Amino acid sequence: MVPLSAYVAVSAVLFITGLLGVLIRRNFIIVLMAVEIMLNAANINLVAFSHYLESMVGQLVALFIIAIAAGEAAVGLAIIIVVFRGKISTNVDEMNLLKW
Amino acid sequence: MIAIFFAYFALVSILAGVLTVALKNPVHCGLALLAVLLHVSGLFVLLNAEFLWAVQVIVYAGAILVLYLFVLMLLNLKTEERYFHSSYLYFAGPAVLGACYVLFLLIQSPYGGLKGDSPAPAVLRNGDTYAVGIKMFSDYLLQFEIVGVFLLGAIIGAIVLAKSPKPINGDGGGRNGR
Repeated sequence: MVPLSAYVAVSAVLFITGLLGVLIRRNFIIVLMAVEIMLNAANINLVAFSHYLESMVGQLVALFIIAIAAGEAAVGLAIIIVVFRGKISTNVDEMNLLKW
Repeated sequence: MIAIFFAYFALVSILAGVLTVALKNPVHCGLALLAVLLHVSGLFVLLNAEFLWAVQVIVYAGAILVLYLFVLMLLNLKTEERYFHSSYLYFAGPAVLGACYVLFLLIQSPYGGLKGDSPAPAVLRNGDTYAVGIKMFSDYLLQFEIVGVFLLGAIIGAIVLAKSPKPINGDGGGRNGR
């Protein structure tokens, strides 16, 4: 039997990996991919607690998170396309159009 | 047996996650992300969440990842020489230290709590999909509807954002393409 803390540890390591990806990558698409990794880590956590605490609510919230990740990916990629049209770059350092 | 599968899924998902962050070519990063998603879905199967496994494979690996790869191929990105942030060690060092501390706290935590109302035999009698459906369409109907409206808004927003017939490097007027 795998203990709950093992699942939580995997989830924490994946979350930190995604967080590092958001912080250190310069390509906006890879940053969005790292956000997906973080959402998946949260899902592992929710489903593991749902299994070990014998409640269905964790799986439901994980399902909602997947739906919201789909919306986030669609809007994020649309923003990338708009920015790429104007600047021919997806570098996050060069996206300073709104800076003042 | 479950421990072996858990070790495989956990190790490969972490490894592929690191590769997603560290690889140079964006398409390779997308394929590593596919490995992460599939192995996380394997973890869901080990946790008796078969419906979430199916949703993960269909929605994440099937729809979201194809969207990412589609945009990657559409933009035709060149691989950059410096693909990390210029001072990434300043971010990486504190993040790794914090991760070690969080892991230490998590592993020594007891994780007690009130048990819910759906133990494994009751779920397995009619299947995981049945249990999720009963719960979602009785107690969580409002949240389900809210997610539906959210997805509609996201679709409309994505279409409005991506649609611009005129190039935006002009005089600044007519950016909405109307």
